[in-house]
Amino acid sequence: MMNNIEFLKQKATEIRMELLKMIYEAGTGHTGGSLSNTDILTVLYYHIMKVDPNNPKWEDRDRYVQSKGHAVESYWAILADKGFFPKEELKTFSQFNTRLIGHPNNKVPGVEMNTGALGHGLPISVGMALAAKKDGKPYRVYTLMGDGEQAEGSVWEGAMAAAHYKLDNLIAIIDRNGLQITGSTEDVMSLEPFGEKWRAFGWEVIEVDGNNIEQLVHVLEGTPKVVGKPTLIIANTVKGKGISFAENVAKWHHHVPSKEEYELAMKELSKQLEVLQ
Amino acid sequence: MSNVALKGAKRNKIANRQVISEVLLDLAKENKDILVLTSDSRGSASLANFGKELPDQIVEVGIAEQNLVGVAAGLAASGKKPFVASPACFLSMRSIEQIKVDVAYSNTNVKLIGISGGISYGALGMSHHSLQDLAVTRAIPGLDVMMPADRHEAKKMIEALVEYNRPVYLRIGRNPVEDSYVSEDYEFQIGKAVTMMPGNDITIIAAGETVRLALDSAIALKMECINCRVLNMHTIKPLDNEAILKAARETGKIITIEEHSVYGGLGSAVAEVVSQNHPVPVKILGLPDEPAVAGKTAEVFEYYGLSVKNVKDIAMQMVGK
Ligand SMILES: Cc1ncc(C[n+]2csc(CCOP(=O)(O)OP(=O)(O)O)c2C)c(N)n1
Ligand SMILES: [Mg+2]
Repeated sequence: MMNNIEFLKQKATEIRMELLKMIYEAGTGHTGGSLSNTDILTVLYYHIMKVDPNNPKWEDRDRYVQSKGHAVESYWAILADKGFFPKEELKTFSQFNTRLIGHPNNKVPGVEMNTGALGHGLPISVGMALAAKKDGKPYRVYTLMGDGEQAEGSVWEGAMAAAHYKLDNLIAIIDRNGLQITGSTEDVMSLEPFGEKWRAFGWEVIEVDGNNIEQLVHVLEGTPKVVGKPTLIIANTVKGKGISFAENVAKWHHHVPSKEEYELAMKELSKQLEVLQ
Repeated sequence: MSNVALKGAKRNKIANRQVISEVLLDLAKENKDILVLTSDSRGSASLANFGKELPDQIVEVGIAEQNLVGVAAGLAASGKKPFVASPACFLSMRSIEQIKVDVAYSNTNVKLIGISGGISYGALGMSHHSLQDLAVTRAIPGLDVMMPADRHEAKKMIEALVEYNRPVYLRIGRNPVEDSYVSEDYEFQIGKAVTMMPGNDITIIAAGETVRLALDSAIALKMECINCRVLNMHTIKPLDNEAILKAARETGKIITIEEHSVYGGLGSAVAEVVSQNHPVPVKILGLPDEPAVAGKTAEVFEYYGLSVKNVKDIAMQMVGK
């Protein structure tokens, strides 16, 4: 029997293939950011979070809010694979009148909130975590933000509130891929010393290799670490992860692969899958 | 009007953002006080080249639209001529208080360029549609609101704005637009509508990229022997009341077309003037009060009846044919 880590690694690779296919066929999408957060989402949805595809509104479910809404393709692929909606529907991604639009959309089972405008996810998650405390509910709230997104003031307003209300049921993850649309985050609007900023805001900060399944499992299993403190996970990732020529290349933020690029990329991903099988 | 691109005229299809960035670059080379401000938006605004050529005249704030407008207001208050370029959906919503207080109320000379307006980002959903921007900006005292029809008008508009010492919100789309004019050889004046086609049976008033649809609809109506006046209302505020009332008096019926909610935009502005001064039937065409369906801009336009066929049918009904 395949162990859990092996399963998650394979799953992440399959999701990468699926999302690339979606973007290629639709002719639109956010390739780089979806590839960088695939491992994080895989560990959350297949290992950490308590969710029920047959009962997506289950009261005690863990909540997930995708603040970096643009990188929706890995999310759609995972929700479909988990059975929140038929896999067939992935074909409609970004097509006329679809509900699988280019951002999370809560007409789709499993999606809590409509996102897409950056800087909204953390305040929303603060509200959900606060509600859990008030109701004495055990659920956790997870949110995923981009690193470029950190320039939005609302992120820091939410950060302050989370610490103020001692929301140890809130786990925020930052996809620290070092890139945004224009280029490097440090050139556009520097973030460093980044962890120190969050610590100063009262958060328990943990760094992890965000493309390493073992590390993600280990770190996420161990949260929350400190009673009365929200957790921030700085997930150091590679934008475009899994496709050699897309890795760390800014234009792949929303570059759609050409036919040649697509075939090459699929070949690379198939090889990765073979090695894992 | 002779320089309107009617049938037979060679028409280009170029995005307004492309032209605006070229004009800004030319003007900024001559005037060091012209600054461009972006929020991780220089690519979408076609301003990457501006940043390369004039790195000291571009201010990047990162993904922080409130900061973007606040910083621009401070620069303007200190003698600079800032042109802010950010997606219309974020600029007109996230930064609206900075626009209201720091720009309009404090009367700082900031030019706000809302790019990728309307449903340019059709498949990205309501977070990325800007179908309320005219409504909110129009309601702010001290802020002018403009929309160029095509590349020729965009050029003339930007040139005029450099000399115009008032806050302005200017909205453009992302996609290439077919020309409405054949050249820049016409008089452009802020606040003065351009009569694109004469006619006394009915008037179509449009702004921005929908001017082309108005022209094509009027051409189709001509085949049915209906003479349709077409007004290009490139300045939504201050509105050219005179041209609107003249159209109401002389043609008796008005259709408005806009890439905006039917609430609060061009159609509302026209109806406000007409209903209080010379009431005539006004049909407002735009996007309904719902999250627009996903799709390419053209598909979504078609779905909501923003098509030559539908405009023509409505016009025929209104004139009783
Ligand atoms: C409020 C807001 N401003 C701008 C955008 C446009 N936008 C979409 S993605 C993006 C870059 C995001 O970079 P980052 O947060 O680093 O995400 P990632 O690298 O993970 O894709 C921008 C500017 C937006 N969606 N929302
Ligand atoms: Mg990033």
